[in-house]
Amino acid sequence: MLHAGQIPDPFVGSRAVPLYQTTSYVFKSADEAAHLFELKQYGNIYSRISNPTTAVLEERVASLEGGTGAVAVASGMAAEFGTFMTLCSPGDHIVASNQLYGGSMTMLAHTFKKLGIEVTFVDPGNTDEWEPAIQKNTRALFVETIGNPINSIPDLSALGKISKYHTIPLVVDSTFATPYLCRPIEWGATIVTHSATKFIGGHGTSIGGIVVDSGDFDFSGFPTIADPSPSYHGMRFFDTFGHYAFLTKLRAETIRDTGACISPTNSFNLIQGLETLSVRMDRHVANALAVATFLEQHPKVQKVHYAGLESHPHHDRAKKYLPKGAGAVMSFELSDTLPNVRESGKNFIEGLELFSHLANVGDAKSLVIHPASTTHQQMSDEELIAGRITPGMIRLSIGLETTDDLLWDLDKALELA
Amino acid sequence: MANLTCDIRLNSKLTPEQREKYQNIQTVQDILKSSKTIAIVGLSTESTKASNMVASYLQDEGFTIVPVHPKASEILGEKCYPSVADIPFPVDLVDIFRPPHEIPEIVEQSIKNGAKAIWTQLKIVNFEGADLAQAHGLNVVLDKCIKMEHGRFGGMLHWAGMNTELISAKRRAV
Repeated sequence: MLHAGQIPDPFVGSRAVPLYQTTSYVFKSADEAAHLFELKQYGNIYSRISNPTTAVLEERVASLEGGTGAVAVASGMAAEFGTFMTLCSPGDHIVASNQLYGGSMTMLAHTFKKLGIEVTFVDPGNTDEWEPAIQKNTRALFVETIGNPINSIPDLSALGKISKYHTIPLVVDSTFATPYLCRPIEWGATIVTHSATKFIGGHGTSIGGIVVDSGDFDFSGFPTIADPSPSYHGMRFFDTFGHYAFLTKLRAETIRDTGACISPTNSFNLIQGLETLSVRMDRHVANALAVATFLEQHPKVQKVHYAGLESHPHHDRAKKYLPKGAGAVMSFELSDTLPNVRESGKNFIEGLELFSHLANVGDAKSLVIHPASTTHQQMSDEELIAGRITPGMIRLSIGLETTDDLLWDLDKALELA
Repeated sequence: MANLTCDIRLNSKLTPEQREKYQNIQTVQDILKSSKTIAIVGLSTESTKASNMVASYLQDEGFTIVPVHPKASEILGEKCYPSVADIPFPVDLVDIFRPPHEIPEIVEQSIKNGAKAIWTQLKIVNFEGADLAQAHGLNVVLDKCIKMEHGRFGGMLHWAGMNTELISAKRRAV
């Protein structure tokens, strides 16, 4: 978290990662320029494609995840979009969890439909639903390490075996877990995506995303990676780049062409966050467990969805895949004995002093939101039911405040609910 | 040079013991530092093929390449030879892009050539050939990409977002 990805440069010796706030890079010669564009030479051309500050973020996250490399992009959504655009062509198909972040659900169900890519949604907690959903044209399996917002934990190891057996990449969004709590590649994931905006950055200042490749997947027969590329004079990326073919294609074609690049300043800010990831995550999960335990015992709370609680149906999986803690995002439902649950939810959120009411998770500060009317608002009633999002559900992202202060705030707001 | 290094996996199927013997991190660095003339066996005439891209990179980085190709007369501006046995001067390194079963014969020719080292590219593994070369005092690296290793220790591979597995708080050597 502190050293991987940066060896101090020989000339200046800057200990902090230098911020290369530049769009472009002077070529050494005309030949070098041509070779850079032909992917024959390593180096930077334009910060839409690569940047030396961003490279530190990329190598550091790849190292933490145990991957072969990484590509950082504009946001977590860009990480997911870029991944699927690199794996899929029109007419292809994806099997995805039905309990994803609402924006991911919308992208898969509607934006990809416009591109001719179909998605079958299945229960992330029920492994038996995944294999029957696979079709001849399935090009990716997609799941979150910790489901948003009810904390479903997939059986990563079982999904990894399905991925290997069918030679279909398993893409895992591990935003809620961070590489400190879980390394999906060790359980069989092919590709790991993050919204680095969340716990990796950790301070709610900068938006960014990242895609990590294990380097272990056999892309030799995979059409979009192995077939000749018309945008590089017929180059076959798998033949030429081997285990680095997917990431090279993602960077040199998908991100180059879609422009979803990360700003060097955001990379710099996210790197500052990464340096303290381990100490912050320990505090996040300790606070989260204390809050979840408090809420579960409160008479006005019907149910708490936090996989760190023994009452959660996937608690055993959380212990297996997330032994240091089940993250710091949870949701809970107010008691249905309250006369008007919607009104109580509103009173609760407005009664909080320390929790910030906003659309984000993974800040150093504790956050609260009502998913049905905000983050998951674009979803249909059926999708909300499949995602187990009830009208009275409230999502919390637990920050780094003193535990007693958080419990005091929640107690006081629940009185008003 | 970085002090702390872990051996990068790069999809190698070699066991840790085999990696120590055939992908030794010191051997890799010694070969990269001491070699000037590199024969490239199986060098393609097509500019988008891995062998051609690697050879072009090595030229850019100041190495002299000696193409070995059964039919071509010149690749990347250098005279071609049909086999290593036909090269009339000793080379420092023989870098191989050919199927594993051809390795022992290429090694025998390399020993006669006076080459100091043998390198096989990714996924090309033949222990018989490797052991023969080592028994004759040649340095050996199997199942690695010479371009990636050169870029890894030079700091350029890092720009591509690769996990170089090099960790150091000391300044990188120029």
